[in-house]
Formats: sequence, structure tokens, C-alpha cells
Amino acid sequence: MKLVIVMPLSVEKIENGTVIDHIDAGLGLKVLGMLGIDRDFGARVAVIMNVPSKKLGKKDIVKIEGVALDSRKSDLVSLVCKNATINIIKKSELAEKRQARLPKKVSGVLRCPNARCITNSESMETEFELDGEGMRCAFCEKKFPASELV
Amino acid sequence: MEGLISIRDCEKKDLEEYLKLAEKMEALLKSGKKIVDNKIVATMFFEPSTRTNMSFQAAAKRLGADVISFNSESSSSKKGESLIDTVKIIDGYADVLVIRHPGEGAARVADRAAKHPVVNAGDGGNQHPTQTLIDLYTIKKCKGEIEGLNVQLVGDLKHARAMRSLVLGLAMFGARITLVSPKGLEMDREIIEEARGRHKADIEELNAIDLSDCDVLYVCRVQKERFADQYEAAKVQHEFRISEEYLENAKAGMIILHPLPKIDEIPEAVDESPMARYFQQAKYGVPVRMAVLGRMLGAV
Repeated sequence: MKLVIVMPLSVEKIENGTVIDHIDAGLGLKVLGMLGIDRDFGARVAVIMNVPSKKLGKKDIVKIEGVALDSRKSDLVSLVCKNATINIIKKSELAEKRQARLPKKVSGVLRCPNARCITNSESMETEFELDGEGMRCAFCEKKFPASELV
Repeated sequence: MEGLISIRDCEKKDLEEYLKLAEKMEALLKSGKKIVDNKIVATMFFEPSTRTNMSFQAAAKRLGADVISFNSESSSSKKGESLIDTVKIIDGYADVLVIRHPGEGAARVADRAAKHPVVNAGDGGNQHPTQTLIDLYTIKKCKGEIEGLNVQLVGDLKHARAMRSLVLGLAMFGARITLVSPKGLEMDREIIEEARGRHKADIEELNAIDLSDCDVLYVCRVQKERFADQYEAAKVQHEFRISEEYLENAKAGMIILHPLPKIDEIPEAVDESPMARYFQQAKYGVPVRMAVLGRMLGAV
């Protein structure tokens, strides 16, 4: 008799935490990087890639158990993917739904792509400010689309 | 007192105030009077400079301030000291810090680290705000006004920090700006869009020099070191050389400016022409920088 093992690909629902949805396919891992989520991050995290989506064709989803992202962290997600939605789950119910939006100011997270920028030769925090559709380095004054900063 | 880091931080009224002060400083220079006592200006040049460094020193001394200077070749930065530490230390010795550094944004870093005002004397390819003040002052002195003039910027507009600052300054004063540069050395789109967006600048881009409607021809050198192919560099340099024949077709009253040093983009014979105002422009470096330092020192 042939033994058949069924391993479902779907990820269990979370009771409390954050679900980041509508991430462009392939950018899920970048979202984790932007949020500073790595092996030392205390909570369980799932990245589901290439999920069929009516809106995007394919999308990535990130689920973070037990941690409700605050607005500042939610805005960082928009640097990776401006279409992402952030769902805060409490007691298995959707408690809050946010659309990611570019942050007014980001300190210390991003690296300036301008090789001649002083932040790439001095040991210091970078700083970017929202300027129209892009982010401007507070030091070298160059403006970049958010996609170039991640 | 705030420092002077970038033209992007300034409004037209700030620039106008500096230009008015520079006029007063010219009168002060003639009188020989000193208006500053017991103050120290530190000039911190992390890369070579002749005109900017010496004119800042001359300006400080003409005001009556003492000058301490920094030689990056023999300084602790060579031993690995951070820029922030160097600035904090020199900030303890002086009342104003003048800084030139190859790192873009270095003056902003210094400004945040220092308690005293910081003046940006050029940070990489980013900004050179006192050069812009000198350029605007020279145009005003030679032409009487800036608004409505057709100012043609010619040369390597991509790498020249003086040009990046100047476009914004000219835009604030309502000049008509024409940009002429070799292919690949055009001014950053971002600066053009900013000048148009923030200051409603009238900017035209051309492939070749046209002096028929030019009031101010502002030339900067083509930086040959940026070209992989030196034959191509020489070709471009020749194409953008301001010959005497070119000037025969110039609009009456046109003036020629250059941030200097000039190499061969303007032939020596042109130096004698009444159009050539670049040496006068360099000389205005002293009263303009007196105005900036005088203001930072609270003397004007």
C-alpha cells in the first residue's frame, strides 16, 4: 500500500498580531528586512510567497504572531511596497486596517545610494525626508524614489 | 545664528540681505575700518582650494577677525578621526567654522555637530552657496538687476556644484536660465524640476551655445577626468570652447563669468575683452564672504 502524506501549504490563522497583505510578489523578504525581523525576533513569522491575487496576479503575505505593528513601522513597509495593507488582528478579529504610506522622516534604517554621500563614509545615522513622491537624503540632498532605498 | 549650508535652505529675502550686506562690505573695505574684535574664524579645508580658502581668510581678516586654518594633510583626520569629532574640537576654538569637504552633506554634518555657525565652502558635488552669492552679486553689479536676464550656463553642468546652487539662486531672482552642456554632462533633472516647481523657473536646455539673446554667459570647465575616452573629452572641450569668433555674435552688453579655475575653455585673449568679468567676480569673493562671516559673527 502506498503511503500518502498530505502537507498543506496554507498557514494557520493568527489570533493576535499583524498580517501584511498585498505585497508585490517577491518583496515579502524585503519587508521583513525593512522591519528588522530576523532570527533574533521573538515572535513566529510566516512569509507566504506567490499567492494568487485578483488584484495583483501574484502577491506575498507576511504574518507576524503576537505583535501589532505601530503606525511608524507600518509606514516603513510602504518604502518596500506602496500598495501593501497592514491588518491588525486582535482575538482573531480584524481590529484595524491600514494602507501603507510613505513616512515623513526615516532615521537610521536606510542607506543612501549616493556613494559620495557623507553618510557612507562617516559612522552616523542616515536620515531621509519625504519630498513629493520620493525621499530626500537630509545630508547630500539627493532625492530618490523609495524603491531605490530598499 | 544659523549657518549657511545650502541655497536650498534659503529664501530670496535671505539672499537679498546678503547681497545688500556685501555692498556695505565693499564700502567698509574702502574705508579700511575693522568691525570685528576678538573673534576667530576657522577654515577647515579637507580638499585643495585656492580662491575659496584665501578669500574666506582675506574676508575674515578684513573684518578684523583672527583666522585659524586646518591642513587636512597633517591633521588627525589622516589618523582616522571622524569628521564629527574634528568639528566638535575645532568648534571649541573658533566662533565660525568654514568647511570644504569632498563628502556630499559634510557641511550639514558639521552644522549639526557644532554649536557655532558653519559655512559650507563646497561639499563634494552638492552645494557651494557662497559661490552662488558671489555670482548673483557680480551679475547685479554688472547688469543692475537679475530678473528677466537670460543667463546661459555652459559646460559640465552635471558635476559642477557651483552650477547646482546657482540654478536655484537664479530661479529665485527670476532670471531666464539656459543650460548648454555636452551629452551625458547635463544638469540633474531633479535640480531642474525643483527650480521649476519651487521657484517657477524659466529654464531652456540647448545642445549648442547661442549668444544672440544671452545677457550673462557663465562658463565652467569640462572635467576631462570624467571621460574614459580622452579623444572624446578633447572633442567636447573644443566644441564648448568660447572662441573670439563666438563672441562676435554676442548680444551687446553680454558679460562672461566663470567660477575659476579656467583651463582652456576661454582663450587668454578673451581676458582682455570688456565682456570678461571673471576676475572681477573672483575679487567680489572678499566682500561677499565678509557679509556672510560678518553676519555669522553678529557684527553686521
